[in-house]
Amino acid sequence: MTNTIEDITTAADVIMLIGSNPEEAHPVMGMQMRQAVEHGTKLIVVDPRDIGLSAQADIHLKLKPGTNVAFANGMMHVIIERGLMDRDFIATRTEGYDDLAKLVADYTPERVAKICNIDERDLVAAAELYARAGAAAIVYCLGVAEHSTGTDGVKSLSNLAMLTGNYGKPGCGVNPLRGQNNVQGACDMGAQPNTLPGYQKLSDPAVRAKFSEAWMAPISEHEGLKSTEVMNAAAKGEVKGLFIFGEDPMRTDPDIGHVAHALSTLDFLVVDELFLTETAKMADVVLPGRAYAEKEGVFTNTERRVQRVRKAVEANPGTRDDIWIFTEIMRRMGYDQPHLTSAQVMDEMASLTPSYAGMSHARLDTEELRGRGLQWPCPAPDHPGTPILHVGKFSRGTGLFAPAAYRPSAELPDGEFPLVMMTGRVLAQYNACAMTGRTEGCNEIVGESFIEMNVADAAARGIADGDAVLVTSRRGQIRSRAHVSQKTNAGETWMPFHFQDGNANVLTSDALDPTCKVPEYKVCAIEVAKA
Amino acid sequence: MSNENLVHVTIDGCEVCAPAGETILHAALRANIQIPRLCALGNDAGVGMCRVCVVEVKGQDALVTACNTPVAEGMEISTHGERVEASRRMSLSLILAEHGLNSTNYCFSCRKNGDCQLQAVCNALGVTEPAYPIPAQDKPHRDSNPFLEFDPNLCIRCQRCVVACNERACNHTLHTAKRGARLTIEAPFGPDWDTTGCESCGCCAAACPTGALIEKRRATYRSWEVEPTLTTCPHCGVGCQLELLVKDNRVVDTRAYHGASNKGLLCVKGRSASFDFVRSGDRLTTPLIKNHDTGEFEPASWDDALDLVARRFTELREEYGGEALAAFACSRSTDEDIYMLEKMARTAFHTNNVDNCARV
Ligand code: SF4
Ligand code: SF4
Ligand code: SF4
Ligand code: FES
Repeated sequence: MTNTIEDITTAADVIMLIGSNPEEAHPVMGMQMRQAVEHGTKLIVVDPRDIGLSAQADIHLKLKPGTNVAFANGMMHVIIERGLMDRDFIATRTEGYDDLAKLVADYTPERVAKICNIDERDLVAAAELYARAGAAAIVYCLGVAEHSTGTDGVKSLSNLAMLTGNYGKPGCGVNPLRGQNNVQGACDMGAQPNTLPGYQKLSDPAVRAKFSEAWMAPISEHEGLKSTEVMNAAAKGEVKGLFIFGEDPMRTDPDIGHVAHALSTLDFLVVDELFLTETAKMADVVLPGRAYAEKEGVFTNTERRVQRVRKAVEANPGTRDDIWIFTEIMRRMGYDQPHLTSAQVMDEMASLTPSYAGMSHARLDTEELRGRGLQWPCPAPDHPGTPILHVGKFSRGTGLFAPAAYRPSAELPDGEFPLVMMTGRVLAQYNACAMTGRTEGCNEIVGESFIEMNVADAAARGIADGDAVLVTSRRGQIRSRAHVSQKTNAGETWMPFHFQDGNANVLTSDALDPTCKVPEYKVCAIEVAKA
Repeated sequence: MSNENLVHVTIDGCEVCAPAGETILHAALRANIQIPRLCALGNDAGVGMCRVCVVEVKGQDALVTACNTPVAEGMEISTHGERVEASRRMSLSLILAEHGLNSTNYCFSCRKNGDCQLQAVCNALGVTEPAYPIPAQDKPHRDSNPFLEFDPNLCIRCQRCVVACNERACNHTLHTAKRGARLTIEAPFGPDWDTTGCESCGCCAAACPTGALIEKRRATYRSWEVEPTLTTCPHCGVGCQLELLVKDNRVVDTRAYHGASNKGLLCVKGRSASFDFVRSGDRLTTPLIKNHDTGEFEPASWDDALDLVARRFTELREEYGGEALAAFACSRSTDEDIYMLEKMARTAFHTNNVDNCARV
């Protein structure tokens, strides 16, 4: 996020929520957004589905799934046509405006309304509301990223914020809500094929030299494969050995049949886990690691806030600290890694990562930072951290408009699979339920798979609310239960991806966004029949 | 703040400057003067129900409730004294008379015993026994929600739960109702709990000063048996701050902490589903090696398992090069773990095939 939860929910005049259902996926953010709305903040919801917050919204654009780019371009078209852009901001802080203006000129409200299946007047009203606000924040989530056009979707939102000067002050910005608790940290730490810690580029020889020297080991210059590409390479026998730390791709990856094939083709699979998950069952060796309550460390939240994780209980002696496990493997493979405590690992990481350079466990443990942590960039031990990014100037100097044209989703409904399926989360469960499913009460609240469908689609298939149904896509078939309502538009359905019985990811598409290789979870074509 | 917006008052002889509109309670708290109270929650003005916070203002006949009376220029306030304390004791006695103490054997079986603010305030003010006979109460509990229950017999109608649900969690599912002249709390935990819109966040239970509205977890421990450890919720990217409450090396409950991201709020996942899995009976407790003849896992020593892992990865690396190896990091784990995993991939596996589940 460029801004903080606090400033978005107290200083924004308008919040535009896109493809995000924080009440279920980020509930405490959802509570604070409800507070904001009750205190007078205007709310625009852009979501194919009725969500709790859409009832409180000033405008709800119930657009067709997969059309976010067209929507954002349409907003910009209206803003430019009506002269509502922030000319000062554009002149002093950005470049590439002319290209953007040229591209969005084609996105007239009439055309966009047709693509997105929304009312033209709502689009214009949303553009007016957003552009005329003193401070307007965009908040988005997987609903934007999990499309084969996800990267373009994110770029278009950033264009929209720059066009209206909504960067670098309280209550504005472009704010992705990161899903898992430490996705932000995992990316920050360089668990990515093309960056080292702190987004230092692998392609930069100076960066490689710095890490080579610190680690006393050569760093390969070949950019690595992304996880979804690793699966493909494994299926082809090009990747032969895989170490999986605490993930369950057999539950959470799209097109599970393909994943199962890839993992079983590997010569050697090691899984470091708390439980014998579906993925762990396929391993050659399983190593029992430790849970967050059994270790010291930090998580980095969606606001770039680095906060402490503290050991509350002693772990079972048969398990090992994960840092210890990795260290032992390195040593046994001939790399002389000394055993370090978590605090020492953070010190080493901070010494190599400018945005974390001012952080340490000792500093985070001071009374002053208790419960607050530090937000990166925090380049020095006396630096207070950075709540809001891009104040005064962008990190790259000027902000570059990156116009993006609308492309339809990779898999569109057709005669055989006429319904669109979207996937998402529900409040009381979390991802593959490895954690929440072990609390009985959560299963009582919602413990089985279901599919939301429109009244008209249900009636056409003779399906009643609560009926058992078979859901089929090009990739597979599962059983589920129909929840019939007006929450989704006709032709569209929605399913949570938490449950092993009726796992929606058996159906989802493995079409990838060409830049960031995010699978297209949000849109795939299906058919539903009474079971 | 400009001077016109400040008012000057004295509290127990101390001169205090306070912004106009601030309550006497908050002005006093800023000057480090404590006033006992029950119904005021956090920084909000109280509903003025319990009258435990009464203070004396010079020149006014009646005592005033500090939690919802704004300061005014020149007020001379005294927060203690015989008259104030007698009034507070009287208020507490009236509250106690409605607090169905019979239903908990006079606190003995109450799950909030030792952590109850009614008990604490009574103790602090020397109310050691009820001044009036306490009528026995036997109203049915509402306890169908998996995590929460409400015992109306213990409810003192302070309405802190109402403020928590409506103004903090902003969920508007917990209301007051009128039964004749009496106010009652309509806690949405009856048999129809799953159709009420209640999110089971437990913010109401965290606000309740008594044992009336509580997390069912409370049955597994007493407040003095647990040690808190401040940590970060393991579920979503909000990063709420919470304390894990540990009894006998086992996490038995959580308590919300007022962190920068969560402001004292938690959701059902953080409050109720962030620790059972830690001690779940199906945790792995020994390395496993698959016997390829049987397809079954067999328990192994750490030494054997790690030697096998290192040997096979080294063989594959030497035969096919580092590009044939890959490692995935868990985006639920700590930054330190992820850093070390990534370092392992690059230095020992000789590969940049390292990624996390940000994309999946
Ligand atoms: S659990 Fe949360 S939503 Fe339910 S009544 Fe209590 S405060 Fe309201
Ligand atoms: S349930 Fe608790 S918080 Fe709510 S009114 Fe009764 S005593 Fe007060
Ligand atoms: S308590 Fe709820 S909102 Fe807060 S981090 Fe945990 S899961 Fe997210
Ligand atoms: S705290 Fe003031 S009346 Fe209850």
